Amino acid sequence: MSTCEIRAKIPGVFYRKPAPDQPNYKNPGDPVVEGDVLGLIEVMKSFQEVTCEATGTLGEFQVEDAEAIMAGQVLVVVEG
Amino acid sequence: MTIKKLLIANRGEIAVRIIRAARELGIRTVQVHSTADAGSLAVQMADEAVEIGPPSAAKSYLNIDAVLQAARESGADAIHPGYGFLAENADFADAVAAAGLIFVGPDGDTIRRMGDKTAAIATAQAAGVPTIPGSGGLIGDLGEAAEIAAGIGFPVMIKATAGGGGRGIRIAHDAAEFAALAPQAEREAKAAFGDGGLYLEKMIAKARHIEVQILGDGETFLHCYERECSLQRQRQKVWEEAPSAALSPHVRADLCASAVALAAAVGYRGAGTVEYLYDDETGAFFFIEMNTRIQVEHPVTEAVLGIDLLAEMIKVAGGEPLSLRQEDLVIRGHAIEVRINAEDPANGFMPSPGTVSELHIPGGPGVRFDHMLFAGYQIPPFYDSLLGKLVVTAETREKAIIRLRRALGELSLGDQVKTTAPLFDALARDDDVLAGAFHTKWLEPWLEANCHTLTRQDGEAC
Repeated sequence: MSTCEIRAKIPGVFYRKPAPDQPNYKNPGDPVVEGDVLGLIEVMKSFQEVTCEATGTLGEFQVEDAEAIMAGQVLVVVEG
Repeated sequence: MTIKKLLIANRGEIAVRIIRAARELGIRTVQVHSTADAGSLAVQMADEAVEIGPPSAAKSYLNIDAVLQAARESGADAIHPGYGFLAENADFADAVAAAGLIFVGPDGDTIRRMGDKTAAIATAQAAGVPTIPGSGGLIGDLGEAAEIAAGIGFPVMIKATAGGGGRGIRIAHDAAEFAALAPQAEREAKAAFGDGGLYLEKMIAKARHIEVQILGDGETFLHCYERECSLQRQRQKVWEEAPSAALSPHVRADLCASAVALAAAVGYRGAGTVEYLYDDETGAFFFIEMNTRIQVEHPVTEAVLGIDLLAEMIKVAGGEPLSLRQEDLVIRGHAIEVRINAEDPANGFMPSPGTVSELHIPGGPGVRFDHMLFAGYQIPPFYDSLLGKLVVTAETREKAIIRLRRALGELSLGDQVKTTAPLFDALARDDDVLAGAFHTKWLEPWLEANCHTLTRQDGEAC
């Protein structure tokens, strides 16, 4: 069993859902495949998707929804 | 000068610009800032700094209570809102006045009136300012609407009243197309927005965006000529000029006079901008909206007129009359501003917040760079991407473009931040740009077609 850390490529504010009134893209325990959208990073008033880089099961998020994050910070782990 | 201490309720390059104007007027400055901006250039330059909240603008720069508390605690007697954030928030202007402080801008009622699209258009019409021909309200019976459309003159835009931001718009080029599209637009508006209400507006193809800078002290109103801002991406201006190469002296005079008439109609106090669409083919101009604040692109006006708009708006706010007379304002030469944003134009304008590892600022004759940078500055990801504005001035437009290319060549922020500078270098070599032949929908197709000519700053193929 291997784990893959999904890291932020850019700094900004991390969101787990596409809009405040919508459900999370994914939740811990969900099966995920490469390319799935896991969240958004708001950077300089634009939104960039965070995509999954592995196939497996989503672990716990390491950051809160709407939390400021640094480039390179681990957002979530995928267990494959 | 009644203002002794000015609080700047903004950040970035405009905060730096306001501090400079205040200092030359002998006014002390208080810079409010979020925790993310604690090390910013404006904070370093201001006489005092007050932290007002976390990085999120909603909890800091947009937090009216926090801004007012900072003003009270620092003993500021005036607040400059800059542009964006609270600059056109009428409630904020009212709250500043209610706190016994001076708001550097027009009063809340003027902001409210010009910020309401319907009220602004009605005010413009009453002042004799041309507005975009249209149905003047919702259309009822579609047969009657067809007559109205013919009266406006094709092409006509059919707009859903519940739409917005470009949604729910259809374009009819003739009566037959109108007859086909209008019922369809009504059905779709009902389905998409739950409201089938439609109105009509004349479609001005290939329109330019031209705006007039105005100044008022409540009694005297004058214009500072026009700015040409047609080069836009996603409705954001990227390159601005003064004067516009498209206007004849006769049209310029009419355009500027209409802006002064509107300023006078609302008894304007401060600096403002009246925005128009301009039709090259007919020479007609149409009011779009008025911005009741200083604008990003104000330096091109300052450059060709040799005036200081920030100083003027601060003095007027302090109760002084305008220090300028209309007859003293004479355009000398041509100025171009380009917006240096932390974005990679060769990669879909991907934001590039990073560290300014080195800084070389263009200089020499006719070059001004209004910015927020210093070597080692870490650009925060929480705010817009504008880093600075490179402004060049020369005797002619042609020479200004040559100077722009030269100045862009001197600009360097190191290798960790990608900027829009390569875009402007390419535009400054484009035949249409050299000829001044563009409109508001010119840049986006150009970007589609010319992306490959822009070198990606991370070395990958475009």
